[in-house]
Amino acid sequence: MAQTKRELLVDPLVDNNPITLQVLGICSALAVTSSLKVAFVMALAVTLVTAFSSMFISILRNQIPGAIRIIVQMVIIASLVIIVDQILKAYAYEISKTLSVFVGLIITNCIVMGRAEAFAMKNPPIASFIDGIGNGLGYGLILMMVGVIRELFGSGSLFGITILPTVNNGGWYVPNGLLLLPPSAFFVIGLLIWAFRTWKPEQVEEREYKIQTVEAH
Amino acid sequence: MEQLLSLAVKAVFVENLALSFFLGMCTFIAVSKKISTAIGLGISVMIVQAITVPANNLILTYLLAPGALSWAGFGDVDLTFLGLISYIGVIAALVQILEMVLDKYFPPLYNALGVFLPLITVNCAILGGSLFMVERDYDFPEALTYGVSSGFGWALAITAMAGVREKLKYSDIPEGLQGLGITFITAGLMALAFMSFSGVKL
Repeated sequence: MAQTKRELLVDPLVDNNPITLQVLGICSALAVTSSLKVAFVMALAVTLVTAFSSMFISILRNQIPGAIRIIVQMVIIASLVIIVDQILKAYAYEISKTLSVFVGLIITNCIVMGRAEAFAMKNPPIASFIDGIGNGLGYGLILMMVGVIRELFGSGSLFGITILPTVNNGGWYVPNGLLLLPPSAFFVIGLLIWAFRTWKPEQVEEREYKIQTVEAH
Repeated sequence: MEQLLSLAVKAVFVENLALSFFLGMCTFIAVSKKISTAIGLGISVMIVQAITVPANNLILTYLLAPGALSWAGFGDVDLTFLGLISYIGVIAALVQILEMVLDKYFPPLYNALGVFLPLITVNCAILGGSLFMVERDYDFPEALTYGVSSGFGWALAITAMAGVREKLKYSDIPEGLQGLGITFITAGLMALAFMSFSGVKL
């Protein structure tokens, strides 16, 4: 095996992050990040589902016929998501209301499918489990970063605890309402990607058209 | 009828699946480099959405909802927890059937859509549409309208996005923002533009 277990766990955090590099699982990353608490629960749920679905699919990988593998994977993932959904409804009803359809949408979260297809179908169960956790954490990392930015500057609090007292409550901070609206998530993630790629220049994409500079003589 | 019309307008513009709920983002970002492929994908999403949302509505009403099985003598059975798995099953099966039908009877369309058809199964917009239908308690005509119009809204968004990106590739973008970064920011600006529809009521 080319990668050690540690690499499997750490690689997806920055060097091969599912959101900023593999372009997977963006849907929910954008929708649930307006408050940190919700983002945290979502990250946890996705990590668990990815880890366990990768493990189960990897255990079954030699039994699944190629033609119907997508449906088999779907059934495994959907069962896990139903468990998560029921647990959330039982123990964290408020949060499950806020997440609304996005818990169900973990099924079609491309991270889960993508890792199942790209990694779990070819590797043994334990490695797949670790790979699932790593990718879940990489996803969670971005989710939390976006969540921190949006909640801190959008409503002046973190995890619902006031950090910057807002003007409405007699404080000094004028909250940036845009950050609570959906489009801001696009900007924040776009800028995060920019920051990541300035830090790790090897991730920069090739230009399709090079800009030619003509020297003036 | 008026109510259905306003539902349709709302689903296309105000509550656009791609730009205000971020559904189907993976494909939205990945397949929006060329207008022609974007249109192909948009149309197939629309077709699948128009079939699956009403189909899942029927399944919910006659099989899963509390008391729905009373016609079979199981009046007090509540199967709603099986919802997720049945919706995704219906979607996967319908996409497969659609693929076979198109292959047999409309080969040109089938070839044009190519690899996008199977990908639709994992497009969150489709499952999201069905889940919103459940959450908002749509009845059958509403579900049908919602399916068609939300699919159309998604197609509109991805086509517009592809149009912007085709021009964008000639522009001088900072190194780190190249590709994915600028795509996100473009999508953000488009989402802002779509938000301006939110005051519109019919």
